Order: sequence, then C-alpha cells, then structure tokens
Amino acid sequence: MDIFLQQIINGLTTGSVYAIVALGYTMVYGVIQLINFAHGEVVMIGAMTAFTVIMAVVGLGLPLPPALIVLLGVLAAIPVCMAIGYTLERVAYRPLRHAPRLAPLITAIGMSIILQHVALLIWGRDPRAFPQIMENTSFAIGGAAISSVQIAIISMSVILMAALTWFVYRTRFGIAMRATAENVHVAGLMGIDANRVIAGTFIIAAGLGAVAGVMVGTYYGIAHYTMGFILGLKAFSAAVLGGIGNLAGAMLGGLLLGLVEALGAGYIGDFTDLCRWPVVSGMLSERCADGGHVVLFGSNYQDVFAFAVLILVLVFRPSGLLGERVSERA
Amino acid sequence: MKPYVRFPRWFGLALIALALLLLPHLLTQVGTAWVRIANFAILFIFLSLGLNIVVGMAGLLDLGYVAFYAVGAYVWALLASPHFGLHMPFWAILPLGALLACIAGAVLGAPTLRLRGDYLAIVTLGFGEIVRIFMNNLSSPFNITNGPKGITRIDGMNVAGMNFSATDTFLGIPFSGPTKYYYVLLLLLLLVIVVNLRLQNSRIGRAWVAIREDELAAKAAGINTRNVKLLAFAMGASFGGIAGGMFAAMQGFVSPESFVLHESIMILAMVVLGGMGNVWGVIAGALLLSFVPELLRYTVEPAQKALFGKMLIEPEVLRMLLFGMALVLMMRFRPAGLWPESRHKREMSEMKEEAA
Amino acid sequence: MRPTIKLVSVSVAAAVLMMGCGKEEPPPAPVVQAPPPPPQPMIVKIGHVAPLTGGIAHLGKDNENGARLAIDEANAAGIQIGGKPVTFEIVAEDDQSDPKVGNTVAQKLVDAKVVGIVGHLNSGTTIPASAIYNQAGLPMISGSATNPALTEQGFAGVFRVVGRDDQQGPAVANYLVATAKPKTVAIIDDATAYGEGLANEVEKTLKAAGVKVLPREKGTDKTADWKAVLTKIKGKKPDAVFYGGMDATGGPLLKQARELKIGAVFSFGDGACTDKMAELAGEAAEGLVCSQAGIPVQAAGAKFVEGYKAKYNIDPILYAPFTYDSVKLLIAAMQKADSIDPAAYLPALKAIDYTGASGNIQFDEKGDRKDAEMTIFTLTAGKITPLAIIKGGKSLTLDEYAALSAPAAPEAATAAEPAKPAEAPAKQ
Repeated sequence: MDIFLQQIINGLTTGSVYAIVALGYTMVYGVIQLINFAHGEVVMIGAMTAFTVIMAVVGLGLPLPPALIVLLGVLAAIPVCMAIGYTLERVAYRPLRHAPRLAPLITAIGMSIILQHVALLIWGRDPRAFPQIMENTSFAIGGAAISSVQIAIISMSVILMAALTWFVYRTRFGIAMRATAENVHVAGLMGIDANRVIAGTFIIAAGLGAVAGVMVGTYYGIAHYTMGFILGLKAFSAAVLGGIGNLAGAMLGGLLLGLVEALGAGYIGDFTDLCRWPVVSGMLSERCADGGHVVLFGSNYQDVFAFAVLILVLVFRPSGLLGERVSERA
Repeated sequence: MKPYVRFPRWFGLALIALALLLLPHLLTQVGTAWVRIANFAILFIFLSLGLNIVVGMAGLLDLGYVAFYAVGAYVWALLASPHFGLHMPFWAILPLGALLACIAGAVLGAPTLRLRGDYLAIVTLGFGEIVRIFMNNLSSPFNITNGPKGITRIDGMNVAGMNFSATDTFLGIPFSGPTKYYYVLLLLLLLVIVVNLRLQNSRIGRAWVAIREDELAAKAAGINTRNVKLLAFAMGASFGGIAGGMFAAMQGFVSPESFVLHESIMILAMVVLGGMGNVWGVIAGALLLSFVPELLRYTVEPAQKALFGKMLIEPEVLRMLLFGMALVLMMRFRPAGLWPESRHKREMSEMKEEAA
Repeated sequence: MRPTIKLVSVSVAAAVLMMGCGKEEPPPAPVVQAPPPPPQPMIVKIGHVAPLTGGIAHLGKDNENGARLAIDEANAAGIQIGGKPVTFEIVAEDDQSDPKVGNTVAQKLVDAKVVGIVGHLNSGTTIPASAIYNQAGLPMISGSATNPALTEQGFAGVFRVVGRDDQQGPAVANYLVATAKPKTVAIIDDATAYGEGLANEVEKTLKAAGVKVLPREKGTDKTADWKAVLTKIKGKKPDAVFYGGMDATGGPLLKQARELKIGAVFSFGDGACTDKMAELAGEAAEGLVCSQAGIPVQAAGAKFVEGYKAKYNIDPILYAPFTYDSVKLLIAAMQKADSIDPAAYLPALKAIDYTGASGNIQFDEKGDRKDAEMTIFTLTAGKITPLAIIKGGKSLTLDEYAALSAPAAPEAATAAEPAKPAEAPAKQ
C-alpha cells in the first residue's frame, strides 16, 4: 500500500510538471490552432537561465533563504523566456499566419534547432547540475515519502492553473483572448487587436514555460540543452489527451499522463511476468526455476503505456477528454 | 526575350539520364562519401514520396512515418543476417518488407480514421515511438530484434553472384560498393516516381485530394473515405518499407537508434519544404535537405577560417544553426514549399477564411 | 504543363550536376596536400569521430580533446618517419551518435586519406563504421566502444583500448559480491547498447555467484524521472542496485533513490563513474561504488591530466585518456614500422607494447586490450577514489599495483610520484 501511495505521489508530481508545460501548448493552440513545437526549448532555456542566476547568487554567498534564491532564478527566467516567446511569434509564426497549415510546423522545428544550439553555445554540452539549496525535507504519509520540493511543485501548478483560469475568464485581456480564439475577424470588428492578443498569448505561455523549466531543474537537479525535446513531447501528448485548447484539459491530461507512467512502470511488469501465470509458467519451467522471471512488459515499456492510453482515449473520444466536439477543421 | 531554341523532348530526357548515370563517377572524383550521400538522398526521396501520399495528397498529418521505414529495415535485417542464420535473397525480402510495412500502415490507419489534424499527428507520433520502443526491447525475455545492440553483419545485395559491398571493375571503370547501390536505387527511383506520377492523376489520387480538401463533400460525392484513407496509409507505408530494406542492405547494420522521431520530422520537413502534394516538389525537398547539411559539413569550417581567420563557432554547432535558419527562412519566403502543387494555391486563399 | 516539367527537371539535373561540381572545391585542398611528399614536414592525418552534438556531446568533446592533446604532443616532439619530419593533423568529425551519419563521416575520413582512425564513441556507430574502415584497409582504435561485438567481426584493423563489457561487468559484479555480500540485487539499465550490454554481464556474474537478481528495470538515455522505477524496486528491498548507463541519467537516479530512502549499495559502470556524479547527485553520491575500464589516472596518467588541464582548462571527463592513448598508439606503430602506410604499420600496431595514460597496452588476436585492468572506485567527499585494481582476476590496492608495475613501466613510474610535474609535461 505504501508503495502504491508512493507511486501516486510520483505520478502526481511528474504530472504537475507536464501540466504546466502542457498549458503553454494548449493556450497557443486555443487562440490560433497552432502547435508551438518550440515550446519545449523555451522550457529548457528557462531552466538554464535560472541555473545561471541561482549559481551566481549562491556564488555571492549572501545569507539569503533558499526559497528566495530559487525565486530570483524564476524571476530572471520569466522575462528571458517571454522575450523568446515574443520573438518566436514575430519571426516564425506571424509571417506564416495565412500560410498552409504545415508551414509553421517546419519553422517551429527550425526554431527549436536554433534555440537548442544557441543554448549549447551558451551553456555547453555538459549536463548542468542545479545546486541543491532547497532543503529537501521529507514528510511521511501512510508509509510513503513526499518531499518539500514535490509539495511545492504540486501546489505551484495548482496555483498557476487557478491564476490562469482567472486571467482568461476575468480580465479584459483574457476575454480578448477568448474572443480571438472564437473568431479572429469578429474579434477584430469588436476592436480587439488580434496581433497583440496572439503575441500576448505567446508571452504568457513562455512565462509559464519558464516556471516549468525551473520546476524541472530543481526537482531533478539537472538541466541539459537537449532536455526540452522529451519534455515538450510528453506535455504535448498531455495537452492532446486532455483536449488541446482546453485549459482544464491540459491539467487533467498532464496529471493523467504522469499517473499512467508511474503506475505503468510500477505494476505492469509484475502483471506480465509469465512466471506468475499458472499455465505458461509450467511451459517455461526452466527459466522460471529458482525465482526466475520472464517479464513481457517491464518498465522499458513505460512510454508505450503512456502512448497506448493516449491512443485509446483518442479512438473513443477523438477530441480528447475535455475537448469540444471538433468542427470540420483539419 | 526568350532564346526560343526548341530541343526535341527526348533530348532533354537523354541528357538527364546521362547525367544521372555519370553522377556517381563524378562524385567519386570528389570523394566516395558523396556517393553515399547521394544514395541516402535517394532513400529519402522514397521516404518523402511515401509520406507525401499520406500528408500531401490525402492531407493526413503523419508524424510516425519512420515506423514503416523501421519495419522494412528489420524485415531485411532479420531475414538476411546471421542473427537467425537466415540468408534469404533480396528479391524475396524487399517485397516482403514493403508488404509488411503496407500491412502496418493499414493497422495504424484503422483506429485513426475518425481523428483529424493534430489529433492524428499525436497518434501517429505515438505509433512511431511504440514501434521503435518495441524494436529496442524485444531482446528480452525472448530475443527477436537483438534490442539496442542492433543487428550486425547484414547481407548486402547480391545479384547473380555480384556482391554489392565490394569493388568491381567493368570495362576498366571501378564500381565501388556505394556506386553499385546507386544504380539499384536509381532503378527503384524511376519505378517509384512513375508510380507516384500515375497515382497523382489517377482516380485514387483525386479521391485523396478530395478528402484533403473537404472530407464531407468527398463522402457526399460517393467516395468511400474509409477505404481510400486506409489505402493512402498502406501505399505510403510500402514506400517506407522499400526504403528501409535498402537502408539495411547498404548499412549492413540496423539498430533502433536509426528510427527515432527526429527522422520522421525530417521526412515531413522534406515534404513540406519541397511542396506538399507535388511529386517533383517533394523530390526537390528531399534532395535539398539531404545535401544541405552535408554541404555545410564540408564548407562551414573552411569558410569560417577564411572569413575570420579562426574558428568562432564550432563547425558542428554552426552547421545545425544554419540548418535551422534555412528551415525558418525557407518557410518564411515560400510558405507553400519550393514547388507547390498548383491546387494548393486555391487552398491558400481559403486558408485565410478558415483561420478565422 | 508538360514543357514546364521537362524544363524544370532539366534544371534539377543541372543543379544536381552543379552541386556535384561545386562540391569539388572544398575537399581537394586536403586531398592535394596529403599524398605528395613535399620537402617540408609531411602531413599525416588521423581521423577522430565522436558525437559533438546531441545528448552525450560532452563525452564526445572530451574524447576529441584527448585525441587533440596527443596530436599536439606528438607534433611538439618533432617525430620523424621514413627519414622525414612529420606533422600530424587531426580530422575531427561529428557522428551525432547516429549510425547513418557515422557511416557518412567514416567514408569522409577515408576520402580525406587519413592513415588511421580513433573512434567512434558509441558502439552503435563504431560497429557499422568499422566495416567501412576495414574495406579501406585503415586501422581504427576505439577508446570507448565497449560492446564485445565490435571485435568479434573478424576485422584485422579493429582495435580498442577500453575494456569490453564482458570484462568490466564481471569485475564490478564480483567486487560487489565480495564486499557488500548482497542477497538480492536490482539491475537497471538505460536501454542502450552500452547500458544493457554491461547490465547483462553484471547479471550473468551475479547469478553465477548465487545472488538473486530482480527483473530488469529500464529507463532511457534521456530519463530524468526514475521515481516510478525506484519505488517499485524499493518494494522488493534489494541489498544492492546496479545501473548500466551514463552520468547524466545516473546522477538523478542516485539522487532520487536516496530521496525515496532506499538504503541499498549503488554501483555504476564506467559511463557513470565520473566526478560529475557528485555534482549531479550531491550528498546522495557518497559511497557509490563504480568501475572504470582501465587503471586510474592517479596510477598512470598524471602527465596526461596535467597536460589536459593546461590545454583546456577543465578536467578530463571519462574516455579522454583512452583516445589520447589511441592516437599515441597509432603514432608509435608508425614510428616502429617507419611508415605511414596503414598496411605497413598495421603489424606493428598489432604487436605493440606501450604504456600510456591508461596503463600498459597490448592487443590480443581479436584487437581487444590484453589483460585489461579494471578499477573499482568509490565516491567519497565529492571525488571518485580508486579502491581496487582488478588485474588478471586478482584485486589489488593502488599501492600494490604501483609496486607491481613500477619496474616494468617507466612512464607509469614517473607519473606515480605525486603532484609535482607542474608545467614540464604540459609543455613537453
């Protein structure tokens, strides 16, 4: 039981990280139906920038509380990522807004190659180790351990989610965003500057990406110039799972994906151990003897479990868990 | 204005044929590496033409195309290597690879028929990753693919006793291994292009375009959209299977590392960059993206030394930076691709409305 | 419609042709330089391949740095071959850890008329590329490809100076059995040719020693989140955990294991046996047991380490001593045969007896390092410290080893005296 609880905690933490990154994808998609494939790289730059600032502050040796140092890192990463988000929109996406649908996909790939290699030039090829300044106290819940960093990540993502929802539904800019998402032309007629709204969406998404980057960096204690790709891929899957374009969907998709990964890696291996199956184990008696194992799908298939759930969900709900019934747009 | 000299039609074709036949020998003068690069360029033409059927003609965004390439490669590798001790001849395994890839295409297509656009993209992406992960992990508990170690010492092509990995001399002209493969690939290329051109203007081809433009209308017009879509996946996949088989033969080694998502993305980039839906455009895209990175590999270092007298940015990093920029700029100035399909122009004007 | 297609296709052909011609310009420069023997220094090119972009680019650059250092030292030494002074030149290529790119750059090196190759880094790119080098009759020495299959292909010119997985795996497993005396061991790997290969060898040895091995757990070479796998392992309460993988994934793994309060002994292979572990895993790294294929730099390579630090201002990471030695081996063989012709110096390379930064090197008939030493390290106070050197199945302490090899190996002996050789070796 404690092991199961621990897996749930693991899954929720990873899922929260996915969710925050997924929010970045889903916001942009919601407004202009475009997958910003370079978003993972924005997260990576966020982590790297925070790394540099945190290292510098730690190097100064000031007696600051650790949480404040990390906050400084976040505060430095946010504007940097926002600037990148804005640049992405201006350079790579705005000129292509009326181009065929796949054209921005290619520019996004181009931009992510550029961002990755600029990061390589700045931060080098080595995996960078985040200094462990946050005191990592563990709390025991029913035999499972949850660390302060995990609590911080989960609560941070809830707070961000709530703040974003408030922003989108309650502020003028949020309303303008929703109007633009609904119909750019009509929004324009209502006096909304679509370019401003779209650029703003990119900037907010990039800001969230920066926070996610710092979360990932402090949680795993490592940052590398290629880290954005996998993270982006997972988060993109999460966004689609929840229904891309839907904020709550991104959150749900992220958490679900995290849980599927943790529980899949944790349990499917044991269930598919042929030596535990009555008939088959007899046939494999040679290999099962002496506590042997013949595991069909162990943790090596972790990503397969995640993708399989994704595919199953989409086959039965073609627009994701919370996605609206899609129009005919392809 | 125009110098209106009219050459007969055969003259141009003969010129192209001659140039293509001589190409490997010219390239050998520069370096055999370039023959290899040319061979890979042709492989990528197969792949991008296959993907073009799915993405360009039928409008189904497929991000897992590399899976079919992997199927073709592994079929060859498993049936013609010491791994299982099987050494089947190429004329059996190349079509078999294409067939299995074709079936895999239909298997992928079936559950995704209801999905559209970006949802389809992520499902195909997942499918591609699943195939790769299986190849990487089917070494235990029962060893089928040899896992991440890959399969080594794969038989090369062997036609009438001629071994394709050694150098032979005909009429005093040396034919290295890569050069011989070049001619095989050229022959296959001719076949693939003819098939694609025929498809483009066939009933099926027009049905694909109809689905791409408006699925509902296509359905209303009496097209069996389900079968036609499945056919697109299956046909597209079979080209990937052929390319995979040739890849295994040429490399003599396959491992799951060669079939990562990045590869799917590159093939997609070739299709989009060249001009979706247009066979010649896609070929141009494949050639461009195969040769540009290699050209940069040869030129970046000397160019930097000549310009600044020293290396400012490491050549391999600069190479990737320039490549990324090329992708962005190309799309910026030719958003419909280098050589768009004529029908796409119409679509673009509709796009403006639709973006609303 | 038709004429346009024709015209355009003509222009495509023309473009292809022009590309072909255009390409002629860059490569000839080196090609022209190499073969003719000018009166001044003869230029001898040595190829080096490693991934310089991608996930393990830092290790690739480390390899290249090691090779470059050896080239610089050889040039400073004013070597003469066949009565002519020689300048060595490195042709460094990036294979992006991709077998396809690996083959292309291998061919490029053959075209550039290099006389020998040091590389590649990964077994996955080295094995296919070795067929190309073999066909061109060029000797290649890998300083880091540990997969046994490389030298089992029967190619005459394929060598490696690093120990094979099936030498290193048993060494670390036996050490684990002898010291930690575990009853149950969990094995994790990163599902790469290297990680899985090494983990398999460890598993074999452990099972032979009667230790219970849990079902294999796996991540990938990019995994940062090991918690799910580790939690599962925690539930089975192993006494020791072995991980086959690189430092970038091993660091987070170790850190997360300690966060989950797994008390087992952790042991890693050479890919994760670096000082970087202390940085990546922090205090959690203390007490880690890990192995390297070769002898510790403290025992032999002080001169190398000083030189490396002086040139690059950083510490060598992992395989740099091996690529450094590989270059030196090629050059030593050329000197011995008094020829830069690969066919002529290959026999000398096969029969070589050389002591370099990674200890004494001789090759067996397959091209593997004969009686390769393995070193077991532990991580204390943020540094990896050698615990034991395994040679010929025996476990020796550092002092015993030094005493054993001192008379035989002059370079090792000079280097063994501690920390004095300040700038002398750096310049050399």
